[in-house]
Amino acid sequence: MLTGTNSKAAELQGSDKLPESVPPPNLSGTARGKWSRLGDPLFQTTTLFFALAIAGLVVLMMVEMALNSRLSFQKFGFSFIWRSIWDPVSGEFGALPFIYGTIISSLIALLIAVPVSLGVAIFLVEKAPRALSPPMLFLVQLLAAIPSVVYGLWGIFILAPLLRDQVYPRLQAALGFLPFFQGNQNGLGLLTAGLILSIMIVPIITAVTTDVLKAVPGTQREAALALGATKWEATRIVLQNARSGITGAIILGLGRAIGETMAVTMLIGNRPEISASLFAPSFTIASAIANEFTEATSDIYLQALIELGLILFLVTFLINALARLLVWSVTRGSRSAAHV
Amino acid sequence: MYSLRWRKFIDHSMTVLTALCALLVIGALVVILGYIVANGVRALNWSFLVNTPKPIGEPNSGIANAIVGTVILISLGALIGVPVGILAGVYLAEFGTHRFGNLLRFLIDTLTGVPSIVVGVFVWTIMVKPMGHFSALAGGVALAIMMTPIVARTTEEMIRLVPQNLREAALALGAPRWRVTIGVVLRTATSGVATGVMLAVARIAGETAPLLFTALGLNYLSTDLLHPMASLTFQIYYYAASPYDEWHAMAWAATLVLVGMILALNIAVKIFTRNRHA
Repeated sequence: MLTGTNSKAAELQGSDKLPESVPPPNLSGTARGKWSRLGDPLFQTTTLFFALAIAGLVVLMMVEMALNSRLSFQKFGFSFIWRSIWDPVSGEFGALPFIYGTIISSLIALLIAVPVSLGVAIFLVEKAPRALSPPMLFLVQLLAAIPSVVYGLWGIFILAPLLRDQVYPRLQAALGFLPFFQGNQNGLGLLTAGLILSIMIVPIITAVTTDVLKAVPGTQREAALALGATKWEATRIVLQNARSGITGAIILGLGRAIGETMAVTMLIGNRPEISASLFAPSFTIASAIANEFTEATSDIYLQALIELGLILFLVTFLINALARLLVWSVTRGSRSAAHV
Repeated sequence: MYSLRWRKFIDHSMTVLTALCALLVIGALVVILGYIVANGVRALNWSFLVNTPKPIGEPNSGIANAIVGTVILISLGALIGVPVGILAGVYLAEFGTHRFGNLLRFLIDTLTGVPSIVVGVFVWTIMVKPMGHFSALAGGVALAIMMTPIVARTTEEMIRLVPQNLREAALALGAPRWRVTIGVVLRTATSGVATGVMLAVARIAGETAPLLFTALGLNYLSTDLLHPMASLTFQIYYYAASPYDEWHAMAWAATLVLVGMILALNIAVKIFTRNRHA
């Protein structure tokens, strides 16, 4: 009976490692017993190897990029980070213009995307009818499925002309006294890049915030409502308790914005200058690499670009690590609260 | 203390405000997709799909090379990335319950957040530089690196969904653990793992940055893995940056093809998972 079931199971599994007729399971050290004792550690080691390989990639990336940028590091040292000159002809390189462009474009993106994403997440978790919420979340997620290069294409031919002809002139007329809105504009620059980035990071912030809000126990909402709070007041309490997770979601969005390449490359204007005006063309670290890597003629030029890549890698790694820990703390914390 | 009327007013306005946020975001999706369809269908026809790029002004220019290239690059990426990802996911689910497992999980998650351009630079240093030229193989490796963490984590989640008593039943029959995992657990989780793979494919299908310095691009049809290869995303980038209206139209049409492919994958996954949960 047992043998029959076993060989049937073996057939089902389609294994070719066993002989035609499978002897009954024997725990006293037959060939098959040895096999299974050997098989398990082997299996565990194999899968461990692949898990380690993926995790090891993170370390390997760091080492490879550090090795391939040592010329640049030897020449400029840490001053690479705050030098603002980028001159391939004379071989002088500094990352400051790119760091500036990356920070400003990401901040613009966050400034727009955070309130909108929080609004969407609150609507989906706290307000929308149960049947409506999942399909709406799916639609928001579709925004993340659209490739970066497509956002770039849309930005160049639709968004940038619209901003150039309709929006920016008005912005300049109204707020032109501020240094951020002065100077010539042709539709491509920091602000345009920031705007497209904001659309691109809404899905990730919304998705993670939705998860975090769902992780807050329903009893908290019920308790607040029972005390006479309005629905919004109950939501505010939920937000309070989810705030480190929401911070994590925002930081994850920041990580995306910093590393986003193609759309930004196509819209930021690509000029390594630091200018107070948000209309001015700029460069981010990612777009500089994308734009100049295949054109880098000298070794030091190429290595400076790889060093930019290393900086980008380290920054996004730290940002992601921090964000994961924050999100983790809420989803874990809420689970333990639910147990209590 | 605020008056009840004021508190109710705030409550209602917040409902309206958050609903407006949701509408705004979904509106943005509709607008972007609308432009892609409207501009894409103008240049899209059969000859566009089956011809290779021609110089400006010549008729019957197409993107067959890019479609073939994208399919080959994705297959290469999946061929390398899927087995590695699944095995890593099995480890995390079956053996990675301790602190060390959490560390691995953490590193794999952060790999998901590594910018794709950095992956491109990395693969350039380990493959393109030693080989001395751009190649489709390097592009495939770059895409595989983007894929593995996604596949690993979805595999892990799907395996965790498999009921414990299924495992116990198989173990009670005397099957060794590795055969229980492969023959019973993984088999039960197959459809879930498959959807994870589809999602990962949808994600890498739209990647451009990892291909810029690996597979590069090519203006004619080629299936040689050791040489540069065209891809839809690279072609879109190349055409969009050009000064010619004709190429801009081709960029839109190629975009329609690419986005159509990716959305179809996403929607397929959605239908797939809905049926499974129902």
